[in-house]
Amino acid sequence: MKYMMLVCTDTEPDTDPSPEPDIYAWVAENDARGRRLDGHQLAPQTAATTVRVRNGELLVSDGPFAETKEMIVGYDLLECADLDEAIEVARTHPMARGGRIELRPFAVFD
Amino acid sequence: MTDRARPPTGAAAAAEEPAAAGGRDAVVDAAAAAARDAVVEAAAAAARESHAQIVATLIRVTGDWTLAEDCAQEALVQALQRWPADGVPANPAGWLTTVARNRATDVLRRATVERRKLRELATLAPTEDAAPRAGEEEVVDDRLRLIFTCCHPALALDARVALTLRTICGIPTADIARAFLVTESTMTRRLTRARTKIADARIPYAVPAGPALAERLPGVLAVLYLLFTRGYDDGGGEPAFADEAIRLARLLDDLMPGQPEIAALLALFLLQHSRRHARRDAHGDLVPLDRQDRARWDHAAIAEALSVLSRAGEDGPYALQARIAACHATAPSFDATDWPAIATWYDALAHRSPSPVVALNRAVAHGYAHGPAAGLALLVEARAGGALDGYPLALAAEADLTARAGDRERAAALFRQAAAETHAEPERRALLDRARELFP
Repeated sequence: MKYMMLVCTDTEPDTDPSPEPDIYAWVAENDARGRRLDGHQLAPQTAATTVRVRNGELLVSDGPFAETKEMIVGYDLLECADLDEAIEVARTHPMARGGRIELRPFAVFD
Repeated sequence: MTDRARPPTGAAAAAEEPAAAGGRDAVVDAAAAAARDAVVEAAAAAARESHAQIVATLIRVTGDWTLAEDCAQEALVQALQRWPADGVPANPAGWLTTVARNRATDVLRRATVERRKLRELATLAPTEDAAPRAGEEEVVDDRLRLIFTCCHPALALDARVALTLRTICGIPTADIARAFLVTESTMTRRLTRARTKIADARIPYAVPAGPALAERLPGVLAVLYLLFTRGYDDGGGEPAFADEAIRLARLLDDLMPGQPEIAALLALFLLQHSRRHARRDAHGDLVPLDRQDRARWDHAAIAEALSVLSRAGEDGPYALQARIAACHATAPSFDATDWPAIATWYDALAHRSPSPVVALNRAVAHGYAHGPAAGLALLVEARAGGALDGYPLALAAEADLTARAGDRERAAALFRQAAAETHAEPERRALLDRARELFP
């Protein structure tokens, strides 16, 4: 099962003073176990461009579709047996504490 | 219900009693009705006993939640049709399991699913033991998988409670909807959404292993606790939900022995439930603990709770609550209650799982144990931050402590203030009565 893991900021990060896990170690471990297929940090929202087509007309605008305080700053594509395994992978990402992680399963077609 | 729909009672019933000549049919009808009632009761009891097992196993084999629930329901419907004529079978739960399994096999065969599922389905023996067999600890009971999946934290809390009631307990959607104060179609949608999420996000049908179990168990117990308190909600409470919560706690306690917080929760349920007949007076009004008739408490339930409590550990949040409840349950009277012990347990509870209500109850307990001044001082602490602002029970507690400290006039004013914040009429009246007693 593939899960898109959206890495987001959060206005209320963890206040636990213990050091956050290391992102490089996280990537190395999950790549080695075949649970992370791909992933990258994204450039800031100021670099975002929104594209729409309405009645055949191309509409291009600056910025993200919705201005929110919690923004997507990166993604990882996971391959996991089930949601519990995906949660285990997400919980050890440093941004689970510095921000928040959203797990979106790939849609399944019968 | 209109008067017309109500069956005749008392003198009216006697007046409508048929004359001797026409009476025989009525007697036969009454006997038939009684037999029908017995069959319905037997079917309901068998369904209660076997529902979770049937549904849990069908879900594991077919992966189809709706199919599993429908087949269990279909088996019950068939029982109600056939048992009045054929008699109640020797093993009613086994009968229901067989019918549900055959129904599932039919549906799947028509849908031409994989042979593997059909083969597995065939191994679902009608007399399959409910309890795990000795020496087969590694075999996880399907009901346990079902409980952990229904209570998965990736589902909304409301959905977890509703799904538990529908899928594990077999409560009709309409009854669940009523308890949640939503329409049946809204509840149907909510349940469908939850089942869809389980499938789409691939929430595993499994009991978490290792350290994950300790993380997930409190969430399961929280759902059971919510279910239990739903049974006691004033006004919209569904008493059946409290019974279901107790049955589930018993089942969990059976399936996962050696988990102290499960035993603690079961003991807590039994103790709170033991007061059910004394909590309301003849008018249905709430009777506070100090005025309850302790002879009307369910002493068999209390005895069972105390025995369960011996396995409950010392310092878990449910163990502490259960110990407090047990202390009340075994006190000969309200005044002869061991308040210093209760105050100490509330100290531990406030430390272990702080909340405004725990802080309030702690202040009350200290007020009885160590005098009203001690209680009032803790009440000030409990109110810090405004968490209890406008909460009538906090005002009533302050009023009671103030009265016992000797300031009757101020206590009366506080009781009136508490009454003004209270919506339930009988409680409001009781508060105003106390105000009048103190300072007419």
